[in-house]
Amino acid sequence: MKTKKARILEIEPLTRVEGHGKVTVHLDENNKVTEARLHIVEFRGFERFIQGRLLWEVPVIVQRLCGICPVSHHLAAAKAMDMIVGVDQLTPTAEKMRRLMHYGQVMQSNVLHFFHLCSPDLLFGFSAPAKKRNIFSIIKEFPDLAKKGVLMRKFGQEVILHTAGKKIHGNSAIPGGINKNLSIAERDSLLKDIDQMLEWSQEAVDISKNYTLEHLGLVEAFGNFKSNHMSLVREDGALDLYDGGLRAIDASGNLIFDHMDYRNFDQFIMEEVKPWSYMKFPFIKSRGNLDGWYRVGPLARMNTISFIDTPLANARHAEFREFSKHKPANMTLAYHWARMIEVLHCVEKIKELLLDPDLQGSDLKLTGERREEGIAVIEAPRGSLFHHYKVNENDQVTYCNLIVSTTHNNTAMNLAVTDVAKKYISGQSRITEAMLNHIEVAVRAYDPCLSCATHALGQMPLVVELFDADNNLIDTGSQFVNKSPIQTT
Amino acid sequence: MSDNKKITLTIDGKTIQAESGQSIMNACDAQGIYIPRLCDSTGLVPQGSCRVCSVKVNGRVVAACTQPAEDGANIEHESDEIQGYRKDLVRMLFHEGNHLCPICEASGRCELQAMAYRFGISQATTYPYLQPVRPVDASHPDIALDNNRCILCGRCIRASRDVDGKNVFEYVGRGIHKRIGVNGDCLADTNADLNDYAMSLEVCPVGCIIRKGEGFFSPVGERQYDSDKIGSNIENHTAHSSLGKLIKVHQIDPNDAIHDDIDQSNVNEDKS
Repeated sequence: MKTKKARILEIEPLTRVEGHGKVTVHLDENNKVTEARLHIVEFRGFERFIQGRLLWEVPVIVQRLCGICPVSHHLAAAKAMDMIVGVDQLTPTAEKMRRLMHYGQVMQSNVLHFFHLCSPDLLFGFSAPAKKRNIFSIIKEFPDLAKKGVLMRKFGQEVILHTAGKKIHGNSAIPGGINKNLSIAERDSLLKDIDQMLEWSQEAVDISKNYTLEHLGLVEAFGNFKSNHMSLVREDGALDLYDGGLRAIDASGNLIFDHMDYRNFDQFIMEEVKPWSYMKFPFIKSRGNLDGWYRVGPLARMNTISFIDTPLANARHAEFREFSKHKPANMTLAYHWARMIEVLHCVEKIKELLLDPDLQGSDLKLTGERREEGIAVIEAPRGSLFHHYKVNENDQVTYCNLIVSTTHNNTAMNLAVTDVAKKYISGQSRITEAMLNHIEVAVRAYDPCLSCATHALGQMPLVVELFDADNNLIDTGSQFVNKSPIQTT
Repeated sequence: MSDNKKITLTIDGKTIQAESGQSIMNACDAQGIYIPRLCDSTGLVPQGSCRVCSVKVNGRVVAACTQPAEDGANIEHESDEIQGYRKDLVRMLFHEGNHLCPICEASGRCELQAMAYRFGISQATTYPYLQPVRPVDASHPDIALDNNRCILCGRCIRASRDVDGKNVFEYVGRGIHKRIGVNGDCLADTNADLNDYAMSLEVCPVGCIIRKGEGFFSPVGERQYDSDKIGSNIENHTAHSSLGKLIKVHQIDPNDAIHDDIDQSNVNEDKS
């Protein structure tokens, strides 16, 4: 039966992303997409319930935001607490231990995303049957690739184990330093596999690069839109995932700001609130909320940095820049290539650090003159992560604001889903699960952390609900409950 | 109390020798038999309040830390019934407070956590969580109190009173509202000092008494119970030399009615 009413399609829950979210697709009476929105339906409340807790507990508490990249929160909080306990420069052992932990973290998280979460889309196609489009099919049909993914992630987790004390939710970063160094035995257990990891990391860059080049038409048409980009960069412009100054560029590559001290971030970054989302929308103050939004994460970092200080990754970065004609790459699907270049960089850095005798040092912690406020930024796997705290004279937290990578990418992800919805759904009389998966592919490319650490692995039922303009539910569809695809007419 | 008179007990069918006047717990400790405990601590007057050391003597359930060993007593220690009581008591402690091990700096050295591991308690039970909301007292420059983690063992009360010669802590309230209070509006109002025995890591079995700025100093793997289960120092005879050697007793009034029924042989004199 034909109806002439506007509708909203809901894709909930999103699969193969971290945490819970949904997408709504707004259709007018002619089935044209007017807007698509990514909703984060979780509410965690960490910023409130951390208040009253003691400052040295913060790095251990806030990392519980996530089970995939807890190290990023652990280290960002520890850096902010360094500032509060008056330590601006850690001992070499402490800083290198933290960096080693972070490189292990970025490596394992990026590998998890590429090999486990998005590889089914890339290898089987966005429209492949949902029953096939999952990690189990990858294990069956590409066992060698699946095995490398598992072992690379394992290696990253082992790095975290030996630096943080546990593979997930360790406790080693303390205000002003670290609580352990790296024993010779721990070092040697990692070194024995490092060259294998280097080899596989280069293969991963090849896979992602070749996918991009072989599917250029798709890559250029899929969620490709101009945006600003932002990340930390080292003083000399090199990629630095642990510390540095903030650099932002526009879609043409022109500098918006450079080497900004993140401790003053509120002078150049603002957050906008929209009534339909728990997530805020950050933007660059000087550009305003309409033009000032930006992307963060691997793609943004490959665009903002001048070079990479490890040779193999630097050569791959040069290839990437050549591909994008030395302008910022704005293609959503290019995130995958950028992500694998970072894996290679992390493995090179891990090897460099493992050979550094400072890691066996015993000078682990410093103290300084106490401050009331701590601000830190770290480049998490998914992008810039801001932690901002205030602490009273009794050592209790009185204020906390966390701007996570996924929040920075909020506007970009919403634009990406709108772009893809308009291309693949607009005007279609029959909407299939495969079409809706295209929207999920667009979201997945940003590797959003919806902060729940729940991995659906493609087995969580994707339920589509169709509402009429009066918000009445008129149909539901899911490939796992044998319902027919939704008829929109 | 007759000194050094040898007596014989039977514990779970095993005959052991003890000295007259010893508590059942001390008698067992000396034989390498660990009876679980939370409110008892070496060097403090036993008070028998947590009941985790419950044993059955001649058919009656008693606290092993305060019950004198009697010649010919038949003691039931690790029967299913007794272990069940002990497990339930430990489980209920988790439900009464906010024991969030993943974010607690006592994790790895916490006796409550270690006891749960020893008993194989690894998941939530059907009891309701009371989820108390008690303010953290961080007023003191060196010490903080998180009463949400307190199990009311009273070790801090006895340590402050009997060892430090202060009275920083005391029980206040009754029944479900019972909690540890301080001798003032807040800890900063008291004469508490970081060097007090009551503030040492040996006294608070959980993460209630916090030594400021020291949290998470110990890496995972090097914490007290990371590799050794609680009680293993007693079960392992080689560790016996360290038992009962901790501290001096500052003052215990023998006329104090509270202590009339307490076996003073459990209080360890300073041997250093």
